[in-house]
Formats: sequence, structure tokens, C-alpha cells
Amino acid sequence: MAKPKVAFYWCASCGGCEETVVDLAEDILGLVEKVEIVLWPVAMDFKYRDVEALPEGGIVATFLNGAIRSTEQAELARLLRRKSRYMIAYGSCAHMGGVPGLANLYGREELLRFNYEGSPSVVNEGKVRPRVEHEEGGHRLHLPELHAGVRALDQVVEVDYYVPGCPPTPLVTKAAVGALLEGRLPERGSVLAPDVALCSECPRRESKPVDLALGELVRPHQRVLDGTKCFLAQGVVCMGPATRAGCGGQCMGGNMPCTGCFGPTSRVRDQGAKMLSSLCSNLGPKDEAGVDAVLGGMPDPVGTLYRYGLAKSLLRRKVGV
Amino acid sequence: MNEAAKQAFNAGNLAANAAVGAARRRRVSIDPITRLEGHGKIEIFLDEGGGVERAYFQVPELRGFEVFAVGRPAEEMPQITSRICGVCPTAHHMAATKCLDSLYGVEPPAAGRKIRELVYHTFMLEDHALHVYVLGGPDFIVGPEAPAAERNIVGVIGKVGVEVGKRVIAMRRRLRELIAYFGGKVVHPVLGLPGGVSKGLAKEDLPRFQALAQEGLEFAQFTLGVFKDLVLKNPEYVKLITGEAYTHQTCYLGMVDGQNKVNFYDGQLRVVDVGGKELMKFAGAKYLDYVAEHVEPWSYMKFTYLKPLGWRGFVEGAGTSVYSVAPLARLNASEGFTTPLAQRAYDEYFTVLGGKPVHHTLANHYARVVEMVYAAERMVELLNDPEITSPEVRVIPTRTPVEGVGVVEAPRGTLIHHYRTDERGVITMANLIVATAHNATRIAMSVDRAAKGLIREGKVTEGLLNKVEMAFRAYDPCLGCATHSLPGHLPLEARVYNHRGELVDLVRRD
Repeated sequence: MAKPKVAFYWCASCGGCEETVVDLAEDILGLVEKVEIVLWPVAMDFKYRDVEALPEGGIVATFLNGAIRSTEQAELARLLRRKSRYMIAYGSCAHMGGVPGLANLYGREELLRFNYEGSPSVVNEGKVRPRVEHEEGGHRLHLPELHAGVRALDQVVEVDYYVPGCPPTPLVTKAAVGALLEGRLPERGSVLAPDVALCSECPRRESKPVDLALGELVRPHQRVLDGTKCFLAQGVVCMGPATRAGCGGQCMGGNMPCTGCFGPTSRVRDQGAKMLSSLCSNLGPKDEAGVDAVLGGMPDPVGTLYRYGLAKSLLRRKVGV
Repeated sequence: MNEAAKQAFNAGNLAANAAVGAARRRRVSIDPITRLEGHGKIEIFLDEGGGVERAYFQVPELRGFEVFAVGRPAEEMPQITSRICGVCPTAHHMAATKCLDSLYGVEPPAAGRKIRELVYHTFMLEDHALHVYVLGGPDFIVGPEAPAAERNIVGVIGKVGVEVGKRVIAMRRRLRELIAYFGGKVVHPVLGLPGGVSKGLAKEDLPRFQALAQEGLEFAQFTLGVFKDLVLKNPEYVKLITGEAYTHQTCYLGMVDGQNKVNFYDGQLRVVDVGGKELMKFAGAKYLDYVAEHVEPWSYMKFTYLKPLGWRGFVEGAGTSVYSVAPLARLNASEGFTTPLAQRAYDEYFTVLGGKPVHHTLANHYARVVEMVYAAERMVELLNDPEITSPEVRVIPTRTPVEGVGVVEAPRGTLIHHYRTDERGVITMANLIVATAHNATRIAMSVDRAAKGLIREGKVTEGLLNKVEMAFRAYDPCLGCATHSLPGHLPLEARVYNHRGELVDLVRRD
């Protein structure tokens, strides 16, 4: 029997997801032997033509990481969608837009202007910009066009499953691949990770008070952090209550709070709103001035609460950009 | 025929010839090139005779981190900027963390600084090892002309033995475990804070890390031996390394300590000219006076040059404003290493390659192995320093932040982070010059040179494609792929078009 065909592709991403795939290769060689990889640009022969030649649904699953930022990325996402039975958004950029999604707070023009004119190290009197079509000396050159904003994968094509994390852990990845190969897939649209909040698996959960009564919010550089105690109990914003479990509390292991890369659980529509609501209901002061004083300790609510999920949140992007 | 008529006739002839010539020109596209962090392509334009007029190295991507950093709390920058690259997140993490020290005017306590250096040198060793065995290895250990199916990590293991292959994988995993011990996770670590690190080293964990460092050092020395045996003893490879197609007379930039010794973590930036003489030396905070970026309309990547000399184009030789970074550049821009085994390897390196400076792009691979020895020796030093287990790993910053610059030597070269903030420490301006940007100008030249040197009469072969690829691979340009070529294929496809833009030939490497 022919092995099931699997594809890996990356869009606007950092390569960290690819690192995880490789980190797991050592572990699950047996599993990898069960599939035929038909596209993996970073590791194997790369032929759009071969993908185009496959029948619709000829690929069992495509694991796509990275957000959609350019025309080229959108085209490849659509091609792979057509060819794949399952499209899997792999990692927080494909899942929710990821860190690059913070660019939606700015317009494309602002990006280009700073990079090619405004940056203090740029010397560009002629205000030259990269161009989609350019000709010099009879040489015609082409570049993909940047989209106006960053989109998560399911804002461009239909997605069947999500593997969360920035990057996903080898363990979560192994479980997802196993579920796929053994036909143990949950309901379409599911995130392939535990559906409980990170606090439930946090090594510090015993020290989380029932009533936080936050009297102040402290930024991690402002205080020496206790290596054993709940971050929220120390006044540090930790996204644990609004974030899905499955990473094993890695950042806590480094004595730093969760920043939310696994996204929300299935019962939460908007991760940032959920966290804000959780924080606000746990504030010590009840008067307006007192509330403002505490929240003043979080100078960047959007970047803190939507670090990985802005592109998919209810906010989406700033008005007017 | 009168003179005016003759001139008009000649001019007409010239124009007609030029039109015919243009129609005969062809284009060879290498799209995508691979083993790049992100995407890249090479466009090669041929002249009438099938020689190369010009080859362009294009980067078709921009994510805009500098812009969307604005509005974020500065202390988040070590984690945000590590998302620029998941292969070298530790380099961005550390440059950002040092930038925060500068921003807040705070120095970490001894143990905090030493833990940062320990994590950083562990990362350098692990990352360099991958390039040597997985990325650069296939071309040299197996051979540039070897069948494509063997020119990969599997071929490397075939050549050096399964035991060595296992040793590489195990060593990498254990080195990465050390990084995760402090950083929480290895991809996108979290340890960096202004004034120190988030976590110290427990005394009971010290012995196993000391043993690991010692093994790391033995591994680095072993790797140097492998490189010497398989590459330097092979006259064909030495000829390739020193060949004209891969040689550029440019300036070099690298970070050095007070004695001009290589330093990955801290020091001054030193530039040497094409003759190897010191041209500039400056603190990272002064980078804007010395380096600048030029924009071309055909790539999203900017092209860096030495600012006092001005942009002089993609031109090498005396007076050039083109410089490069990364292992080759670091060895050229310094006067050795502080550790004995690395110093010995440094001296030997210049003896073997015919003196300083070395202008051969492919010598980056050799320089990388020399640096592995240094990184491992430094790990051993740090883990035998009694201060490393001190619980004093942080100083809490108190100064009102304004502006900071942080610089480290990433595996791929000098990495500069520069932030300005408001009084709350919220970013108002961020400027980053990453290693591959410093190298962009020279990489573009290298690809052009390799294509010109290798393509004759329009003949495109699979071996040629690999050799063109080798021109940029030597720089290890932020290659997400360093760890990603386990199955070992080098995916490349070249399409050859005729003057009507029709596809006439397709060369693929399988």
C-alpha cells in the first residue's frame, strides 16, 4: 500500500517550527518512515510543479507554519489547500498570526517607509523602494507583493486542525502526527492540544491564590522573581489562566511568565479579552483611580494580551491602518 | 556617403545589433534557493554568448519587526526579537538583552554575566556544529561533485561513520538541554532581563554541565581533526576553497576585546581593510557613524556598507566600502583567541591558507570549526569559574531609560540592536542590523561571481547549481535549514527561458 503523502511548508515565520519538526525526527523516525514527504522546501527537493501535478486531495496532510504576509505565501497556501485532505495550521503564526501579526498595528506603508527611508542606518536620498516589477539594463526582476496586513492561515484558506505553540513542542507535534496517521482525529477545527488552561499543568499552581486581589502589576525587569511562586501572586502578568495547556510550563521553568503562545482553549472566543477580564476581576482596588493605578503597570495591553493572536482576535487591527 | 549619413547609418546598425542582442539574452531562474531562513531566489541573465551578464540574489520577504516593536515594553524585546529567527533565537535574545543593559545603564552581577556567556557559547558550539556536519559538511566532507543523493547528512555519516553521526546528534541534544535549563525553552529562550538573567545555576547541577563542557571540547577538537583530514588533505578541495570564483577582496568586521582577540559576547567592533590593516574600531553604540544600509529596488533585503567610505556599489578591491561578517571575517578582523587550543588552530588556519587576511569565502567553513574550539574552551572556563553558581544573577535597574545599543557576534556575524524608549521603557524606535544584512552586499557579489565563473555558453548543469549555491551557503545566511536537511536533498530547480520568455530547459537536482 502506498504511504500517505505529507507536505511541510512555511510562510511568514522564523524557522522555529521547522526546528521542532527536526527535533522530533530523532524521536519518531518510525513514524516518519510511515509517510512519504512530497514537499519540504528546507529539507527535500522542492517542486511546485510536482505538487501541481498531484490530484486534488493527493496529499493527506499539509503542515503549514507561518502567517500569510505576501502574495506568494497566499498562492502557495491555496495550492496546498487544493491538494490536501487535511490542512494543518502548525505553530502560532499559522494558528493565530503569531508575533508577526503585531504588524497589524501598523500599515504596510509605515513598514516600508521605516525600513527603506526612516531607519537611522539607511542612506537613501533617492527614496528607492523594493518594487514588485523592476527593470534595469534589460533585466526584468520580480518580487512578491506584501499584503496590507498579516493573516492567520484560516483567514486565507480553510483549516482542518491546529497545532499550537511558538513553536509547538516536539511532544504536541508527535501526538498530532500520531492522531493523524492512526485516524484518531477529533472534530474538525480542533486544536490538537489539551483543552484546559495552562494553570492546570503549571509547576507553580499550588501557590496560586484563590483570590489574587492584585494591588499592583509588576513588569518582570522590575523585581527579582521568586522561582517557585505563582507569577500572578507576585503581581506579574502571566497569561496562564487564558492560555491552553500542553507546553509543560516551559517558560516557568526558565523563571519567566507565560506569554500565551498556545492560544485560548475552545471555550474562549478571545484570549486577550479573557485575560483582561480575569485580571480586572482580580484587582484589589475597587475605585477608578485605584484600578487605573494597577493597570498602569501594564503599559502595552495589546502587545501583552495579544502577543501571538492579534490577527485572529476581535481587535484584528488598528483602525485606519 | 557624407559624414552625417555615415554616422546615422552606424548608429542605426548599433541599435539594430543591440536589439538582436537583447532578444538573444536568456534568463536562468533559481527559485527557490533553499536552506535559507525564509525565502530567496537567484536570477541569472545570460548574454548572447551564453555567458553571465549579471546574477541577482533576491530576498522576497519583509516582516517589519522594527516597526511593530514600537509600543512594546522594552523588556519584552529579547523574546519578541527572538521570533526573527527560530534557528538563531539565542543571538537575538542576547543582543536584545545587552541592549536593555545599555538602555537602563545597568551591569549584571558577575554570575549573571557568566551565565549569559555560558548559554551563548553553548549556542555557538551547537549551531556551528550543525553547519559543519549538516549544512557545510555535505559539500566538503562528501564533496561538491558527489551525487546529490549522497551530498547530505546521510552521506556525511557514511563518510565519517555511524558512531560519529550519533555523536553529533547526541551532542546537539545535550547542548540544547543546557540552553533550555536556563532559558526554559531552546527555541525562543526567556532568560534575558536588563541587569542579568532570570535564573541561576544550582550547585548540584554543576558537575553534569562541567562534564558536558569537557565533552564539548573533545568534540570540537575531533571536528577540527575531521575537517583537516577530509578537506585540507584533499588538494581538490583546497583548490576549490582558494579558487577565484569564491574569492573577494573586501573589508571585514568583527567584535574584539581589549587585546583584539575574538569575543562573541562583548567588546569593540573592529574593521580591517583588504590588506588586513585596521581601518576602524568603535564601540557598538557608535555604529551609526560607521555602517549604513543601501536600498536596491530588486530585493527586500538592504545592502550594508562602511559609511565613512560611502556606497561604492558591488565593487571589491582597495578602497571598497563592502565588508563582511561571520567566522571568516572574525578571524581576519582579530588577532587571535584568548584560549590556547583555539589560538593554535587560529595560527594554523592562516599558515595553511597563506597568511592574513584570508579572502576566500569558502574558508568560512574552516574558520567556523576553529571557532567551535573557542566556544567549547570558553564553556569549560565558565563552568570551572566558582562564581558561576552564585545566586546573585540580577541587578534591578533604576535609571530612567532613553536609548541603548546591544551587540553580539551571532554565529553568522555581528548583530546590532538599537532601541529608544519613552520614560516608561516603552519602545519608540527600534533599529536592527542582522548578520545577514552585513553580509548582503558580499553575498550578492559572491553569487554573481560564482555564476559568471561557472556558467559558460549557456550550459547549466546540476553540479553548477550546487556550486552557485555554495557561494551563499558559506555565509550560512541565517539558514533555518542548517538543521533541516536530514533527508539530505538539496532542492533546486533552474528554468531556462528563450528570448520569447518560453521555457526551453529545466534542470533539477534530485
